[in-house]
Amino acid sequence: MTWHLDVASDRCIGSGMCAGAAPDLFALDTDHAHPVRADIPDDERALEASDICPMLAITVRDAEGKEIGPRE
Amino acid sequence: MTATDHHPLDYPFNSGQDLRLSAAYERARDTPGLVRVQLPYGEPAWLATRYADARLVLGDQRFSRALGLESDEPRASEARRDSGILSMDPPDHTRLRSLVAKAFTVRQVERLRPQVRALTSALLDEMETAGPPVDLVDRYALPIPVAVICRLLGVPEEDRPRFRVWSDAALSTSSLTAEEFDRNREELRAYMSQLIALHRDEPHDDLMTALIEARDHGDRLSELELIDLCVAVLVAGHETTATQIPNFVLTLLDHPEAFGRLHAEPELINGAVEELLRFVPLGSGAGQPRYAKEDIEVGGTLVRAGEPVLVAIGAANRDALRFTDAGTLDISRSGNAHLGFGHGVHHCLGAPLARLELQEAIGALVARFPRLRLAGDITWKTEMLVRGPRVMPVGW
Repeated sequence: MTWHLDVASDRCIGSGMCAGAAPDLFALDTDHAHPVRADIPDDERALEASDICPMLAITVRDAEGKEIGPRE
Repeated sequence: MTATDHHPLDYPFNSGQDLRLSAAYERARDTPGLVRVQLPYGEPAWLATRYADARLVLGDQRFSRALGLESDEPRASEARRDSGILSMDPPDHTRLRSLVAKAFTVRQVERLRPQVRALTSALLDEMETAGPPVDLVDRYALPIPVAVICRLLGVPEEDRPRFRVWSDAALSTSSLTAEEFDRNREELRAYMSQLIALHRDEPHDDLMTALIEARDHGDRLSELELIDLCVAVLVAGHETTATQIPNFVLTLLDHPEAFGRLHAEPELINGAVEELLRFVPLGSGAGQPRYAKEDIEVGGTLVRAGEPVLVAIGAANRDALRFTDAGTLDISRSGNAHLGFGHGVHHCLGAPLARLELQEAIGALVARFPRLRLAGDITWKTEMLVRGPRVMPVGW
């Protein structure tokens, strides 16, 4: 199943949490993080990265477009 | 290369009795490559002082904290510390972090703002009633973060005198022997175990109950991890903020134009807090060394696999290659991507909460007492990982 990753650059503070936890999924430029690829095969680590973002800037959506991360 | 390869510099550079950044950091930052330093205990280490090097070392998965547990870690005190979540790498680190992250996200924390505002206001009322001089640490800087973290975690606030002693010892450097350090840690763990038992019998709407749930029903962490995580949240959750409140006040008193501007333009508070986080070098030295998992070039030095690198946050935060007028306190600075909360997977868990507390505490104090001043000698914390006043008498 394909998941879709999005980082809201207006919220991202470039803490480096996501890129540190899952460097193959997220990368950091000067100030912000971005997904390495927007569409990925389902991967628990994407949900974890979304959960640990202090700014809740990472959204994970499933193939139907339903928001599955960050988790409640 | 240079003589420093053979003779590491004694570290830490900073004095513990003020908030200045040692000139040795400027020399290190201006020297190509990393410098070699020797702490009182453990093996020599490389020291990163430039912003770009700091971000690389803190953010790159080729550097490990967990490897330090198998090494003679560079450290300020005799005792070897297993710093719990701070000594872990992904994926273990991510597993624990995700259990506590929810409680500290910006959305969750913002709900606490009215409580924090009411608390600061009540404490300022009490100070006014008592009249000057008042110890800003005991009457203001400590009660705010202690009350907030106690309620959030589920620790009785009236236990403050007990856990303050343990918390102080957990962050002390050379004043404790390894045995004293271990005994202190066991006392703190026993105290927390007993609180966890009480929460198991009677669940509350707090973080401790949520973590117990994750352990007992989700099996997502061990009992010791549960205890140490609660200890870490309690200690880290109040000590640094309680230290930075007087540090920030002291820095603003040293920069009367910034103090006056903040009083006249209270809407600048958020940016002012960010700038103070950048400008005030909290640590007496760098801790939590990162071990290279493979050979990596950092700032012109080839760090070999298995070698530790320390990151001087305070120095990186004043790197002129990243910040304009890096040595100047500018409360309206923009693009302030400072490293005050660290960077990478160990970026401060409580950063949103610390920001909120600092914004409310500093904002309310400056608004209430435009003529705030020191009203006696400061007693500094000594032999601590963080620098700051232990006692700070103020008048207004």
